[in-house]
Amino acid sequence: MEDLWLQTVSILSATLRTATPLVFAAMAGMFSERSGTIDIGLEGKMLAGAFAAACVAVVTGSAWLALLGAILVGIMMGLLHGLACITYRGNQVVSGVAINIMAAGLTVVLGNAWFGRGGQTPDLAPDARFMTLRPPGWEYAYDIPIIGPVYAFVIGGHNLLVYIAFAAVPIGWWVLYHTRFGLRLRAVGEDPKVVDTAGISVTWLRYRAVIIAGILCGFAGAYLSIAQNAAFSPHMTAGRGFIALAAMVFGKWRPWPAMFACLLFGLLDAIAIRLQGVNFPGIGQVPVEAIQALPYILTVVLLAGFVGRAMAPHALGQPYVKER
Amino acid sequence: MSAASQAALPRWVDIGLMPIVNLIQALLVAGLVVLIIGVNPIDAMRIMAWGAVYDSVAISYTLYYATDFVFTGLAVAVAFHAGLFNIGGEGQAYVAGLGATLAILLLDAYLPGILLIPLGLMAAMVFGAGWAFIPAYLQAYRGSHIVITTIMFNFIAASLMVYIGSDLLRPPGDMLPSSREFGDAAHLPHVHELAALLGLKMPSTPLNLSILWAAACCVFVWIFIWRTRWGYAIRAVGLSPKAAVYAGISPQRVILIAMCLSGALAAGVALNQIIGYHHRLLLDFVAGAGFTGIAVALMGRNHPIGIVLSAVLFGALYQGGAELAFEIPTITRDMIVAMQGLVILFSGALAYMNRPWIARVYAMFNRRAILAEAT
Repeated sequence: MEDLWLQTVSILSATLRTATPLVFAAMAGMFSERSGTIDIGLEGKMLAGAFAAACVAVVTGSAWLALLGAILVGIMMGLLHGLACITYRGNQVVSGVAINIMAAGLTVVLGNAWFGRGGQTPDLAPDARFMTLRPPGWEYAYDIPIIGPVYAFVIGGHNLLVYIAFAAVPIGWWVLYHTRFGLRLRAVGEDPKVVDTAGISVTWLRYRAVIIAGILCGFAGAYLSIAQNAAFSPHMTAGRGFIALAAMVFGKWRPWPAMFACLLFGLLDAIAIRLQGVNFPGIGQVPVEAIQALPYILTVVLLAGFVGRAMAPHALGQPYVKER
Repeated sequence: MSAASQAALPRWVDIGLMPIVNLIQALLVAGLVVLIIGVNPIDAMRIMAWGAVYDSVAISYTLYYATDFVFTGLAVAVAFHAGLFNIGGEGQAYVAGLGATLAILLLDAYLPGILLIPLGLMAAMVFGAGWAFIPAYLQAYRGSHIVITTIMFNFIAASLMVYIGSDLLRPPGDMLPSSREFGDAAHLPHVHELAALLGLKMPSTPLNLSILWAAACCVFVWIFIWRTRWGYAIRAVGLSPKAAVYAGISPQRVILIAMCLSGALAAGVALNQIIGYHHRLLLDFVAGAGFTGIAVALMGRNHPIGIVLSAVLFGALYQGGAELAFEIPTITRDMIVAMQGLVILFSGALAYMNRPWIARVYAMFNRRAILAEAT
């Protein structure tokens, strides 16, 4: 019994850690898409952010400067997306694909040229990373049954970026639903003409949205390379940007449901390895690949309208042409 | 939009000049990156260009890579004509490889190559089309966005293929997660083997007869899109689904036809890689060709001739890039991936950036020409 509980705690703890980059990226996608700009490029921005963080951390040895570097690179990628989609009214999906492919190529090219390890960056010292924060008195809490391990490993026992990710959800919710900026942001994603008629710049609003998305992707990337891991390795995002995109769609472009979708997908990731070789009564063994594919399958099923209805922002993907 | 960007440009500017301008822009940025990492971009360019064509081996490899890109480029283009963005070429080609493999594993002990290979190709096309059919159906009848579903299907395909490759098809005792090797009858002849029959001596390269299938696909797509009713319906829906409905065209059916054709075209990669070269199902044999197809289609302006030209260009980039990585180890082959991204950026996402100034330059020359005629 005690053992089972400890296992559950360890799975919950792992779930929070695997969900963190998804939460950042899903919030990024939400801000961009609620303003009407499709963001397929989450993966690429996250990857570029992870690379930037690792490079800055290697050079300066400071985790905070590394985070700043990741955020700046995220913003730059966001601005590029904005330039293509908002200023030049290009195809938003094409722009996102371009960002993903460029990031996948350039991070390896630059990483290999600078550090010469086939794109891998050197391992970071603890000072250059966001390390696990132990909650006060966790050694003693461990001995308390049931709630002790929860306190030590689920509530506490993560690095700072995990807490920032889960703080980003209520903050994002508040900004989106309880500020003037959020109201306008949602309006511009539904009907930009109305916002324009009210004398508010559609362009500037959408640019702010893609900048916010860039910042959040920077956080997500920094988490991967300098918090969860101690180095950047090529293609380390491994499709997380698309899982986050799926989570955002699954959460119907809303902060709280998107976060729960991230937690669900994080949970699937956390249990996939543990379920390897486990026999289920009546089913037998479930292949790991099936669990890994589940987030994508669930999203397809949801989008097909078999479970509720996912309504995208109305003006999503349409560039705004101001009437003359 | 300003008047300049809306001004009609002659077709040769749109089809001929713009892709070249886009390519130059992509090359300039890539050159900048090369400069940043401390290599002379002109040297790099020379090694790359020379590496793609310096002898018959290099040219064969260039064409072998280009074959894949013709298939995926056509696949993206056909969907584009219907107004659909098929990002799923990668997954469709991957699953197509499963179709080819299953057909050949079942039959290679019984049938001669002349029957076996077409059957393998057909199975590949059915599987590729099938993998495209589900997102198409969901888009047409359930309203889910094809971009998201095809992305999801790429990942589902990857998981499925890992499962099948490592758990189901792997021969017992084999370490590699792949199927057993096909019987000799299932090997699509290589070009150098045919040349040897004709008495010509060519070095042994992976270039195989798939290139003929690629050529046939180009001709077929051209006829299908511009010379048949279905092609007309596809283009009509691509331009305006609402107008197409008034013309009595069902956009739903067009989506299904275009996407299934797209998946069947992407299946050509399975012919080139699985039946033509590896002779077994390998994990990740598509190796990004599906995504390269997006760049190829954008640069080739969705026309078979443009697609062939840009596929050969990307084939040359792959082959030349391999030589470059060999000569200058600071530059990895991933430079080609970055280059693809840049081409997609400039010829796709930033397509409207160039139009105004090209139109202005064109108008300037045009005015001069008119003035010269008048005097």
